[in-house]
Amino acid sequence: MTTFAILSAIAGGAIIGLTAALLLLTHNRVAGISGIAAGILPPWTAESGWRACFLAGLILSGPLYRLAGGTITMEINGSVPLMAIAGLLVGYGSRLGGGCTSGHGICGIARLSMRSVVATLVFMLVAGIVVFGVRHGL
Amino acid sequence: MAFNNSNLFKNLLALLLGLAFGLGLIIANMTNPAKVLAFLDVAGDWDPSLAFVMASALLTLAIAQRFIKNSPENLLIQSQSSCDGTQSGIDKNLLLGAATFGTGWGLSGICPGPAFVGLSSGEISSYSFFAAMLLGFMAFNWVNRHH
Repeated sequence: MTTFAILSAIAGGAIIGLTAALLLLTHNRVAGISGIAAGILPPWTAESGWRACFLAGLILSGPLYRLAGGTITMEINGSVPLMAIAGLLVGYGSRLGGGCTSGHGICGIARLSMRSVVATLVFMLVAGIVVFGVRHGL
Repeated sequence: MAFNNSNLFKNLLALLLGLAFGLGLIIANMTNPAKVLAFLDVAGDWDPSLAFVMASALLTLAIAQRFIKNSPENLLIQSQSSCDGTQSGIDKNLLLGAATFGTGWGLSGICPGPAFVGLSSGEISSYSFFAAMLLGFMAFNWVNRHH
């Protein structure tokens, strides 16, 4: 069971939104993590450099937060093979669909892209059905 | 690739923005898969956090975008071409991709952003997810190259 903390949800969301806006302003790019991440795999382009830097920052955010005295809770309830299957689906699916939670769910909807609205509705609905199936049985 | 001050500056900025994005995810608790699954589990002990995170991020970005669009001195923008958001129309790939992504997301409670933050967790499940996600990206590139 998790507890609902509205202030941290709103504060964290605002930081994410502001970061996405700044990336748009400074790099003219959408803060879609799947697209940025896939961009550091070969074939490399001139864009691979800043993408690698952005992802390095993303990885370092955890250690930085802990260094500042914070604790990060990560409860994963799933076997290692199940997580591998899930990772494969997330990786392939986000590329095929042209985005993930950040690219479609936040950046796409913020610029009122119909594709992103539809994609977000589809992945939320499917994820909800999967969770229902796993937790409550179909 | 030319390595000049402008590139160095852009890369440094990207690093800081990546840090900020990650801190946002951590503060919002979206790096905890249990929290994400609690949102997706509407029939269980529902936790609406994710909806508030998304709404807050969306609203902040939408407001900020208005200023960016109206800004006459957008000095840092160097290239105009964008590989993002140029596609239009709702096609089979969009629907199939979103459904595939949703299945993996529902099984794990992890999406690409938190997967990167999870690399510092020391949890073997996090690494398993991350490595498979990269394989998924590569599989997509491979399939695309052969079509």
